[in-house]
Amino acid sequence: MTVETRIDRRFAALKRDGRAALVTFVTAGDPDYETCARLLAGLPAAGADVIELGMPFSDPMADGPTIQASSQRALAAGQTMRKTLALVAGFRKQDRDTPIVLMGYYNPIYVYPAEAFLDDAKAAGVDGLIVVDVPPEADDELCLPAAGRGLSFIRLATPTTDSRRLPAVLANSSGFVYYVSITGITGTATPDVEAVHAQVDRIRRATTLPVAVGFGVRTPEQAEAIARGADGVVVGSALVEAIRRTLGPDGSATGQTVPAVLELVKSLGSGLRTAPGRPNMAG
Amino acid sequence: MATDGRAAPVSGPNSYRMGPDERGYFGLFGGRFVAETLMPLILDLEQAYAAARSDPEFQAELSSLNTHYAGRPSPLYFAERLTEHLQQASASAGKRGGAKVYFKRDELNHTGSHKINNCIGQILLARRMRKTRIIAETGAGQHGVAVATVCARYGLPCEIFMGATDVERQKPNVFRMKLLGAKVNAVTAGAGTLKDAMNEALRDWVTNVRDTYYIIGTAAGPHPYPAMVRDFQSVIGKEVRDQMMEAEGRLPDTLVACIGGGSNAIGLFHPFLDDKAVKIHGVEAGGHGLDVPNGHCASMTGGKPGVLHGNRTYLLQDDDGQILEGHSISAGLDYPGVGPEHSWLKDTGRVTYVAVTDKEALEAFQLCTRLEGIIPALEPSHALAHVCKLAPTLPQNDLLVMNMCGRGDKDIFSVAEHLGMKM
Repeated sequence: MTVETRIDRRFAALKRDGRAALVTFVTAGDPDYETCARLLAGLPAAGADVIELGMPFSDPMADGPTIQASSQRALAAGQTMRKTLALVAGFRKQDRDTPIVLMGYYNPIYVYPAEAFLDDAKAAGVDGLIVVDVPPEADDELCLPAAGRGLSFIRLATPTTDSRRLPAVLANSSGFVYYVSITGITGTATPDVEAVHAQVDRIRRATTLPVAVGFGVRTPEQAEAIARGADGVVVGSALVEAIRRTLGPDGSATGQTVPAVLELVKSLGSGLRTAPGRPNMAG
Repeated sequence: MATDGRAAPVSGPNSYRMGPDERGYFGLFGGRFVAETLMPLILDLEQAYAAARSDPEFQAELSSLNTHYAGRPSPLYFAERLTEHLQQASASAGKRGGAKVYFKRDELNHTGSHKINNCIGQILLARRMRKTRIIAETGAGQHGVAVATVCARYGLPCEIFMGATDVERQKPNVFRMKLLGAKVNAVTAGAGTLKDAMNEALRDWVTNVRDTYYIIGTAAGPHPYPAMVRDFQSVIGKEVRDQMMEAEGRLPDTLVACIGGGSNAIGLFHPFLDDKAVKIHGVEAGGHGLDVPNGHCASMTGGKPGVLHGNRTYLLQDDDGQILEGHSISAGLDYPGVGPEHSWLKDTGRVTYVAVTDKEALEAFQLCTRLEGIIPALEPSHALAHVCKLAPTLPQNDLLVMNMCGRGDKDIFSVAEHLGMKM
């Protein structure tokens, strides 16, 4: 893309600061719309550099039990795709700089339908999309129409994405590359830091895009260790788990919910601020 | 190729048997909608299957196992008393209808259903690919049993994912799988049925992708599964062609099969798709009725196109694109999607798809048991219920073949419960 996006600006600024981005994931509408809106509003000040917002889906095949449950909570509380876009629009009124990336599965986009979804997402202030089950082989369906509207299409690269396949994964990617640190589902296994850094280096040799690492990063210590060899660290299940822990007996939000998540984001962020990052010098 | 998924139905291709295209599409439907972790493996699988399919040694091994292990060919049986019964039904309505009804006896296969046809093919492929661990999803447990069987035969460890609800209503099959040495994982997510089992199998596959082969049980999922499973199941239709020629000296006029994911149906239908005179009917699970919200599993007659489990196809879903659980008395049909080739055959109009309710299927189950001495599974009981409606409207010389794709031993407990009978 020739047009500089919020995502590009954010990663460029962090590169100047010499540190990695903290990318935080929560599910839209978890545990309910209002609580999620307050949570989003508090994330940038707590230290989130990029916000990933999950689009709830009934059948999240790439997610572990923690994020599956968050999708179920959101849907049970009445979350829909239109409400997810409304959350972004509400956030955007207060914050013009923090990038928001929607992450989820294709079907709710497909039936929206896709072109109208892309228009509405752009209008709401969405910056990028991660759609787990649309591979490069189907770029004409969603990736290229998104890019045409200035929405970044962020792809997952995984330990099974070998050098034969990597060029296809990177071809129409924009924004950043999301390196999945394990073969598996979200929030289950713990990544091996050295192996992750080697893989990030491999991807960096093939692209000028920043590389963020996720799936299995839970603690400030892990985040800091991963950040030493990456442009960003994604934390999802740990934050979603913090939401769950603070829910009342009836499953609804309590006064602890928002502060507990923001507190965790702060501690994750402070780890990254002390860690000397190793930004993608190729970029 | 349509890009927005809203293209008008394809009409009148030169052949209905050429699909899918090189990207795995049957018209709008099919494709490879999976997570990146799985993509390299899916591409390997496509290559491995293409090589195996054209390898005479693979075909010879497959054919030998079909004969000596599965017990093929299965008989084509003239259901004489059912035929008489349906002729009488037509006569009592003042008409002279009633087709000559044949059953393709795939319930007589080893393990009791058509599922073994596919499992033999895929286990041979898994061995060629040097995979050392097998996983599968199952609904009624027929596929799970067939997978556990071929894994026992080849000494490969095997894990089966089965919805907790299905584990409860298909206990005999759960026990059979355990006897065969499989580990059965009860999936409690969602409603605990086939869809949830498939999600969990996909999660396992993503986690263990390097050594694990996933034997998908129906003609659905990412390309090449729909085409591959269809090919392995097409032995059904090929045999019917030969057997009907031998029995009646001509091809059948009408084909009927039940549809969950649709593997037995596509296996029967595919060899006849280009015989335009052959009328083809697919029967979906109408559950409590198509007018009952979330009360049926008729994805084509009561759903709309979407993307799930690796393919674009007709799905049961709400306006927000959330997948519905659906309902059917039959665990094997209790799935909110359908194989993509069926979706295409629906939109092209080549196959007529209808739905039959739980109640109608139960009645057909009992009728067949009493008239023919064959206890059908609840899945083909749906096809049978449609035959009971359709045959009286056809001429008496119409040659109708229904795929008796599974036997009902596994269902006797839940049938007893539905009929209020004590065992």
